[in-house]
Amino acid sequence: MRLSHAILEKNAFLLLIGTLVTVAVGGIVEIVPLFTIETTVEHVAGVRPYSPLELRGRDIYVREGCYLCHSQQIRTLRDEVERYGHYSIAAESMYDHPFQWGSKRIGPDLARVGGKYSNDWQYAHLKNAQQLVPESLMPHYAFLADTKLSTNDIVERMRTLRAVGVPYTDDQLAHAKQDLLTQADPGADPKALLARYPKANVVPGHGRPTELDALVAYLQVLGTMVNFADPATERRLAQ
Amino acid sequence: MPTKIEKDAARQAEAEAVRTTGHEWDGIYELDTPLPKWWVYLFIACVVFAGVYALLYPSIPYGRGYMHGILGYSSRDSVNAEVAAVDKQRAVAMGRIAVLPFEKIEADPELREVAEIAGRTAFANDCQPCHGAGGAGRPGYPALAAGAWIWGGHLEDLQATITHGIRSSDPEARESDMPRFGADRMLTKAQIQQVADYVWTHFYGHSESGVDTAPGEKLFADNCAPCHGDHGQGEREVGAPRLASHVHLYGDARETIVAQIVAPHEGIMPNWNKRLDPGTIKSLALYVHGLGGGE
Repeated sequence: MRLSHAILEKNAFLLLIGTLVTVAVGGIVEIVPLFTIETTVEHVAGVRPYSPLELRGRDIYVREGCYLCHSQQIRTLRDEVERYGHYSIAAESMYDHPFQWGSKRIGPDLARVGGKYSNDWQYAHLKNAQQLVPESLMPHYAFLADTKLSTNDIVERMRTLRAVGVPYTDDQLAHAKQDLLTQADPGADPKALLARYPKANVVPGHGRPTELDALVAYLQVLGTMVNFADPATERRLAQ
Repeated sequence: MPTKIEKDAARQAEAEAVRTTGHEWDGIYELDTPLPKWWVYLFIACVVFAGVYALLYPSIPYGRGYMHGILGYSSRDSVNAEVAAVDKQRAVAMGRIAVLPFEKIEADPELREVAEIAGRTAFANDCQPCHGAGGAGRPGYPALAAGAWIWGGHLEDLQATITHGIRSSDPEARESDMPRFGADRMLTKAQIQQVADYVWTHFYGHSESGVDTAPGEKLFADNCAPCHGDHGQGEREVGAPRLASHVHLYGDARETIVAQIVAPHEGIMPNWNKRLDPGTIKSLALYVHGLGGGE
């Protein structure tokens, strides 16, 4: 029997199988290597799961749709590297579910905004961006400063992330609430917090953390976890 | 009368030259026109191109690795090389700016021009968000064009401030810590009002009739003058702002004086040595110096 289109075209079931196989080949070639290739996510030092306050800040970031105007992905293009810093690497968002790379670049990229401005500036700017940058298009988020941060489900949130692979330890879960309050209280001793979450940035929460406190804590850690000045990091990236 | 469609079909059937697939539905034939030659060749060319591309560039994955391609291209290497090439190009001037003293830079027209452009670009990206366009300043963020320097307005002062920051995490950061006279109960509420009256009328230049500033003057001399100076002239060594001035860090309102005495707001300027190279920092110092307030 001559092999021809007619066989497939006249047999719906065969056509279905053939379509499935064809599409599956494309899917397998594109997806499977991401799990097998060693360099998909670089094994660099420094990336840690978000602290409880940062995690809640990230939730606010997602809820308010910040990603609709801000990307978190410095591409390997000279202009972006010169303006924002080292290009983003996959490891930096490996604990993000989902990642906030974004593609709409109405506002500046935020992948390395952490530490670029002071806490004060971040508070003032989020409340009223035009007061600081007259030509800014950014909406006002002053209401976040009046909204008390809900913290009662923080352990569940972290446990959920652990279920999808974020390595929160039992110790971190046990101290979640305490760490959250410590990070929003400049009067508290941050030693235990920093031991669990290095480079965490303490924000002035005035005892009752607001959603704005959480958002600032999140913004201030963005892009600061990996030490690119470390030669070991560069070696990893060169592989 | 046969319709047009019927006539066309008949004509087509007559014209044996037209190939059909042999299918026929109610007198309608399915033509078997071959693909245009140009299309076929273009298609083949695309397939060949894809094959060559896959050989030259990173393409086919296998197991734990992937084919890196004959050219060994990587977007990371490529951007690193681009940045390195531009850095090398810039290093000619920026390297000299980084090591030469300020007078030499200002004396050299070429270097001065490079520093001007580098400074303006870096200012727009890194400084303007707080200090405003042209260094106009905002409440809490010092005006750079006004000449009201807290830590000094000489080029070397500016360079040090930009490099290490103010109250930043840098070990050499400029530190100043005004006591919290109100919050820590060092002065009573009434005393704070008296000091504010004195500062408001004497240094801010507002006249308020019927206010006795004598008690405020005494309190000022005892508590404030060690840092801010007897005549409110400020002390740059400790970062105490000049009070006898028309430019005030937190604005020109009496309430801000009271607020600063009760629980001073302490602004933070980041240390830029982690983000900018020495040449850029010196260019920024020159740019800020040239905004109108340089000393």
